[in-house]
Amino acid sequence: MSERPQWFDEEAGPVVRPYALIRGRTRSSGDAFDLVATVRAIGDPPDDLGPEQRHILRAAQSPISLADLAVELDLPVGVVRVLLGDMRDHGLISVTSPTAGGARSNERILKEVINGLRAL
Amino acid sequence: MDSVLSEDPVALKILIAGGFGVGKTTLVGSISEIRPLRTEEVLSDRGIGIDDLDGVESKTTTTVAMDFGRITIREGLVVYLFGTPGQERFWFMWDELSYGALGAVVIADTRRLTDCFPSVDYFEQRGTPFVVAVNCFDGADQHSVEDVRIALDLDDDVPVMLCDVRRRTSAKEVMITLVEHSLRTLTSAN
Repeated sequence: MSERPQWFDEEAGPVVRPYALIRGRTRSSGDAFDLVATVRAIGDPPDDLGPEQRHILRAAQSPISLADLAVELDLPVGVVRVLLGDMRDHGLISVTSPTAGGARSNERILKEVINGLRAL
Repeated sequence: MDSVLSEDPVALKILIAGGFGVGKTTLVGSISEIRPLRTEEVLSDRGIGIDDLDGVESKTTTTVAMDFGRITIREGLVVYLFGTPGQERFWFMWDELSYGALGAVVIADTRRLTDCFPSVDYFEQRGTPFVVAVNCFDGADQHSVEDVRIALDLDDDVPVMLCDVRRRTSAKEVMITLVEHSLRTLTSAN
């Protein structure tokens, strides 16, 4: 199986529609994942993984945000959430949600951001 | 609770809001590597009657593109920028985005100031720290800043500033002003 989705041409779009990848579902245990939740690959991947799941595992070897993953895979966020929900349920990845206001309420981090922005 | 583990990357969200064509995409692009993020969202009843659903009654989701930018402060500390569609019908997306957000930039155009009313209302109600950046399209001057503050009936502590979203230094200044404002909001609350 090829790693990239097959396209007939630009107008036709991908042969496999995004929701076919997730068997028509729009809901999963991944619904609540925050856009900037951190995804990490864990555990040994089984042999029968689809190309998208393999792609996710490769991309998440180092911690990566859900939004970055969606851009990387060129898939809508909702589709990526469903894939991630399944993969977490199968112990392939861990997903860490940012605590509400956790970093926002950390003075040291905000000061670091201000200095970092100044240095850009 | 300070639960940020040292090995956990810290991800901060900043929202870029404002009316259609006010310069959200330009601002995100001036200060970060911009990438298109596709989101599929459940159509809420706010979308019904605007999206023509005749003949597709089973359609419950719609695709929305969002401007998405990333500023790496250092390894393990990243600021994410999300440019959100300004129309009220997209508020269901804002609820998710503003959850735990560091703050928001509302871009204003003095020629169409009413366009940013909904954004200002939204962040005031949610208690999200925000700054108003007046994009200098054609000769907006210092008068505009005070006019804008009065017209938007902003609290005294909300920063209002002139900016040129095309310029990186100006975009940077807006971001720094916002984070400093968030920090002040935080320290005055403690």
